Amino acid sequence: MCYDVRVSLNDKYVAIVDYQAGNLRSVQKALERFGARAVVTSDRDRIGAADAMVFPGQGANDSSMRHLRALGLVEPIREFVHSGRPFMGVCLGLQLLLEGSDEGVEPGLGLLEGWVRRLPPGCKTPHMGWNRVSFRQDHPVFEGVRDGSYFYFVHSYYADPEDKALVAGETTYGVEFCSALGWGNVAAVQFHPEKSGEAGLTLYKNFVKLVERGA
Amino acid sequence: MLTKRIIPCLDVDRGRVVKGVSFVDIRDAGDPAELAALYDREGADELVFLDITASSDSRGIMIDIVKQVSEQVFIPLTVGGGVRSVEDVRGLLEAGADKVSLNTAAVRNPSLVAEASAHFGCQCIVVALDAKRVEERGAPSNGVDASLALDEGSTWEVYTHGGRRPTGIDAVRWASRAVDLGAGELLVTSMDTDGQQAGYDLDLLRAVSEAVTTPVIASGGAGEMEHLYEAATAGKADAILAASIFHFGKIRIGEVKEYLARRGLPVRMAN
Repeated sequence: MCYDVRVSLNDKYVAIVDYQAGNLRSVQKALERFGARAVVTSDRDRIGAADAMVFPGQGANDSSMRHLRALGLVEPIREFVHSGRPFMGVCLGLQLLLEGSDEGVEPGLGLLEGWVRRLPPGCKTPHMGWNRVSFRQDHPVFEGVRDGSYFYFVHSYYADPEDKALVAGETTYGVEFCSALGWGNVAAVQFHPEKSGEAGLTLYKNFVKLVERGA
Repeated sequence: MLTKRIIPCLDVDRGRVVKGVSFVDIRDAGDPAELAALYDREGADELVFLDITASSDSRGIMIDIVKQVSEQVFIPLTVGGGVRSVEDVRGLLEAGADKVSLNTAAVRNPSLVAEASAHFGCQCIVVALDAKRVEERGAPSNGVDASLALDEGSTWEVYTHGGRRPTGIDAVRWASRAVDLGAGELLVTSMDTDGQQAGYDLDLLRAVSEAVTTPVIASGGAGEMEHLYEAATAGKADAILAASIFHFGKIRIGEVKEYLARRGLPVRMAN
């Protein structure tokens, strides 16, 4: 499936990876709000040729990795991340960057050393609702977001990367966990910026700026 | 810290937002997209749209509304009312809903909850249950799963079809079952308190909240700010839904949040 809503004068576009992981329309609308051309697609060539990528995600580790593999998207996504073009992972799209998850048996994309763990018992799951993010480092995608801003979360697992220097933001829910990652061209968040009102839209605004600049 | 969510509910009848008092006496209170944008500006944490017409014609209208709202409003949207199949769920999610709530269809066909949850993830499947205190315990209805049937220990019974039809099912046990089947959240409405504006059924909320491991949304009975505080504290609800008090401007969302914050509850203040 590949549909393209906005017609833009310049040829640049953001690929939103479609692998049956929900919530794509809001991501698209958020990008379009800041003038980006956003293409929802599962076509590997279309993805490979994009100027930027949003890797969304919802649902389970195993079925998502199987969909990605069936669509032949594992390598194109890995190559994209290594290419240096702007990349943003959202929710499961953050978790899948790691090596694997307590949630299943399928290995993740392995772009980052570390494991995805279950939120501790005693907390209601999913962790659903608005929670604060304490930002630990600067990354252009998080520019202008006030430290301690609230974002909307829905998840039962969290990423635990080996290299703590890559952790851009942390949130507390039973445990203090990594809710944002950032390095080079990559930003990834556990929350849903397209569902987090003005604070969340700021991330998309910053991301679109990077695309325009051709970073 | 995770905040208590304040959720305005918009009952939609043929494309317009309405709200009844105890499920009757419906009054027209506005345009869905306009109201949604207003609530977003005022700091609503989430929006619930309930299609009360719930016919096959209204499904198309609802999908258009969800599309329109999701282009303008960037907070979570839950849509329910007359959702009967995995295809219905898919249509609403593709239109821009984040969660879909199942009520009558979930009771009638519990495997729908499991199926929808497996397809789309538990985070987007809400089971809405309408409960009423048991007055007299009749003979168990035909076809009710014995483990769910009302018994001596039952306090609340599940009703379906917009609160018109008793089911013979124990509300608290149904709540647990719904979560086991794959519901990621429960929307619990007391039919005894709904529309009365005299407070939520705190016993019901607490009983359900203690029986499950997923978030619970309190619904039915808000008349003043104190009631929302009680639902979140004594009722142990994770989120609090209200309709009329917001639609008719009796209480503004910002006011509720300031009040709850003053009383020590974590809430997200609008920027």
